[in-house]
Amino acid sequence: MKHVLSALLGAATLLGAAPSVAQTTLTIATVNNGDMIRMQSLTSEFTAKNPDISVKWVTLEENVLRQRVTTDIATKGGQFDVLTIGTYEVPIWAKKNWLIPLDNLGPDYDAADLLPKIRDAASVSGKLYAAPFYGESSMVMYRTDLFQKAGLTMPEKPTWDFVIDAANKLTDKSGGVYGICLRGKAGWGENMAFLTAMSNSFGARWFDEKWQPQFDKPEWKKTLSTYVDLMKVAGPPGASSNGFNENLALFNSGKCAMWIDATVAASFVTNPKDSTVADKVGFALAPNAGLGKNANWLWAWNLAIPAGSKKTAAAEKFIAWATSKEYSKLVASKEGWANVPPGTRTSLYQNPEYLKVAPFAKLTLASIDSADPNKPTVQPVPYVGVQYAAIPEFQGIGTSVGQQFSAALAGSSTVEAALAAAQSATEREMKRAGYIK
Amino acid sequence: MATQQTQVLGRALLMPAVALLFIWMIVPLAMTIYFSTLHYSLLDSENWSFVGLENFRYFLTDPAFLTSLRNTLVLVGSILAITILLGTPLALLLDQPVLGRSVVRLMVIAPFFVMPTVSALVWKNLLMHPVSGLFAWIATSLGLTPIDWFTDVPLFAVILIVAWQWLPFATLILLTALQSQDEEQKEAAEMDGASALSKFIYLTLPHLARPITVVILIETIFLLTVFAEIFVTTGGGPGLQTTNIAFLIYAQALIQFDVGNASAGGLVAVVIANIVAFFLVRIVGRNLEA
Repeated sequence: MKHVLSALLGAATLLGAAPSVAQTTLTIATVNNGDMIRMQSLTSEFTAKNPDISVKWVTLEENVLRQRVTTDIATKGGQFDVLTIGTYEVPIWAKKNWLIPLDNLGPDYDAADLLPKIRDAASVSGKLYAAPFYGESSMVMYRTDLFQKAGLTMPEKPTWDFVIDAANKLTDKSGGVYGICLRGKAGWGENMAFLTAMSNSFGARWFDEKWQPQFDKPEWKKTLSTYVDLMKVAGPPGASSNGFNENLALFNSGKCAMWIDATVAASFVTNPKDSTVADKVGFALAPNAGLGKNANWLWAWNLAIPAGSKKTAAAEKFIAWATSKEYSKLVASKEGWANVPPGTRTSLYQNPEYLKVAPFAKLTLASIDSADPNKPTVQPVPYVGVQYAAIPEFQGIGTSVGQQFSAALAGSSTVEAALAAAQSATEREMKRAGYIK
Repeated sequence: MATQQTQVLGRALLMPAVALLFIWMIVPLAMTIYFSTLHYSLLDSENWSFVGLENFRYFLTDPAFLTSLRNTLVLVGSILAITILLGTPLALLLDQPVLGRSVVRLMVIAPFFVMPTVSALVWKNLLMHPVSGLFAWIATSLGLTPIDWFTDVPLFAVILIVAWQWLPFATLILLTALQSQDEEQKEAAEMDGASALSKFIYLTLPHLARPITVVILIETIFLLTVFAEIFVTTGGGPGLQTTNIAFLIYAQALIQFDVGNASAGGLVAVVIANIVAFFLVRIVGRNLEA
């Protein structure tokens, strides 16, 4: 016993005497999505290369993360050294000088390789303020077996009329198959992401050039009534509380013939481990109404450094590592190409190995390319953003409008009443924020 | 009888504790009052300005305010009614000497120890889910259409969940009260040939008046601020159907990041709680003085 103790003590002194490197601890706030959880598990690869940096993770659900990060940065709390933020926050926060421009991501970063649309969304006046970690648009995912059985063929660029007609034909409520699953859960990032993208294809817009809300216009009425009628006839029960995850579960268990949602879902629905319909899924562009815009959004999760961080150099190192081509190769070597974070780099979509395992790659790229945050709608608008308006007030407004539209879907209010309530609530907020008189 | 001196000394010795409690209360309240007079949004934290009572005007004219006030009162009222009307017979049943009484009591009290978020999740996904929930399965096996709880009757669904959590509390208090009831009185009534119903009305109910008052008071304090169940199940929706005052303030503080408005809302909620408490104490307080 004595010997063991002295040996341990000896070892301890040896450890203490070893030349220690000055440790920098990075606190990283991120979302609990699959790709970020994977990044967390691969951290040891990064710290092995950079022994002077240790990493602490704060992983939270999207809405909670947004609350924490926004509160922290607005009150200059300085809890985090690296933030995970969406394309919505980047332009707003960069203009407020809350973010540090990412000029020194090192020679291997290759910013030119980023997809132009995703790069634009993470930049303000040509300067990169956040590094895209993964990017997404939305598209139609459908069941090839059900389409075949009904004698229908999904065109590459479906129209809303086709989608509605197919959804009605494929609905078999007694058999537990619903023609279409769409988001209905209230929230600016839940049902409003889908509905705003859908409204773009119908020629609607949030605000006119003078920031006047547009919910009293016929385009919005057409959007909302089309959506509500479609979901009444062909949607699953309880749709008003279904978000991304609920619909994913429904689709994977074979209850939806069609699902229009994020392109990142494609790798989940085609993965035999999670999905019972993995080998029966086809993909198509999000529907259009013949007005030149598809109902698809553009979103990316990015890593950024808050202004006032004292650990910029280490944070830049980490961001460069996590958003590099090498990181993609690392994930591929450990988990296979299908699990590489999608939607940020041109080189990934030219990689034959990726294209072999990702049947959805071509359409993901086409969807991202067809969304334009700077010209999101048919008519001109004063804001940037496809399925959101990049102004600070949008989160609150979007969520309260989302509540109204969710009520219209639940049938507890009519389409007209929901639109009128959305219009007056939005006008109230815009007046209060001083956009309109 | 305490002398004048010891009274003074006692008060002096109490002062530090009282002062600490006072600071504990007054500092947050003062800060809330201060924030409620500012136009202060976290998303624009550099540009804050003094606006006086603007936030209060804005909060009180918000169409969501009246809806959420109504929802709050409906929530509190219905849950109180359910817990007392069901809690009394439950307590009476548990008071009977039956086999395995201790096990049954434990089972009845169990829901009270489940965390609100957990019980809300269980109800939402395992019981009330319109496709894969237990209730939906029961309905479909009987050939009925399953109820889509959180779409068609969202407020009622929330009331059910919260009432299920608070029923054990009411039962427990009433049960302990029943156990202190005078056995001799009951026997005397028995001898006089009183029916079970009149025994309940003339002996048990008066005996339970005070514990029922306590249940009402304590539950009201907690139920005015129901939040977790709403947050987990409906997020205040569809529309504003399940938004109560607590959830409305949350939405303004952490979804809209409007500190000024949320502070004003918080103060309005304090006033409402005081009004409710005042009337409650007036109505039921007589029982407490008996």
